[in-house]
Amino acid sequence: MSRWIVWSPLAIFAVLVGFFFKGLTLDPSAQPSALIGKPVPSFQLTELHTGRALTSQTLPAEPFLLNVWASWCITCQVEHPYLTELSKKLPIVGLNYKDSETAAKNWLGRLGDPYTTQIFDPNGLLGLDLGVAGAPETFLVDSSSIIRLRIQGEVNDRVFQRQILPLLETLK
Amino acid sequence: MTKILLIKMVMIFSIASYATIETYQFDSPEQEARFRQLGFELRCPKCQNQAIGDSDAEISGDLRAVVYRMIKEGATDGEIKEFMVARYGRFVLYNPPLDQQTIVLWLGPAGLLILGGILVLLRIRRSTKALDQRESQ
Repeated sequence: MSRWIVWSPLAIFAVLVGFFFKGLTLDPSAQPSALIGKPVPSFQLTELHTGRALTSQTLPAEPFLLNVWASWCITCQVEHPYLTELSKKLPIVGLNYKDSETAAKNWLGRLGDPYTTQIFDPNGLLGLDLGVAGAPETFLVDSSSIIRLRIQGEVNDRVFQRQILPLLETLK
Repeated sequence: MTKILLIKMVMIFSIASYATIETYQFDSPEQEARFRQLGFELRCPKCQNQAIGDSDAEISGDLRAVVYRMIKEGATDGEIKEFMVARYGRFVLYNPPLDQQTIVLWLGPAGLLILGGILVLLRIRRSTKALDQRESQ
């Protein structure tokens, strides 16, 4: 009994170290999306350039990235060159989130347009249904429009290699 | 010296703005009370630890607008929370329901208290026993 009591602080310490060690590699601002495994919510919006109606039925029938961005978003500008590179490997659908039409068009004109389609969502309606907390966010969607992965913040080569690519390979 | 210290202390508090500036018109004081309550209970998805009623983040403003609209449309508090959880996950609830995922959170503190109590009781019993033995000798 007394031996047990003598050793218990060490045991408690060890458990705490375990938790803290795990905490070192956790990102407290990254939250799992509530929509993983669920279809892209239904929406009725327009294409930024053509103005044609877009719904969840018009999404690509192959795995694609849904990238939430806005012209006011600095990190979106940072990840843009990498997305341009990525667009050679898989389709990227843009979700222009809470932006103005002219600002969005100017931004794409200036930095290039890697998107296959641009969903124009000035009021953040689809953004809300997707549980978007802020731009940029990127979703990996499979060929039957099921959301498989959510990336909050910048997509770069590390994120692609570690998180997106392994999942993407299982989808193809 | 104390004056400077006092000014500094006041400045600390001025950083956080506790009041949100939007003005919403409600049909009844009861609706307004529900809006405030939900503002405390729903957590800002972008912030580390702030309620949407307390946060200046863009998304919090958007979610307050949603809460307002839903209250006006006659949604119950439960429906509003369900709407938020469906989109932002459990994370948005400051008061999560008791289930498998949250059982440690809910019962952990009470469990530790009981464990501590048992340990203290055992110790007391042991020392009184030792004392009794010494007295009887």
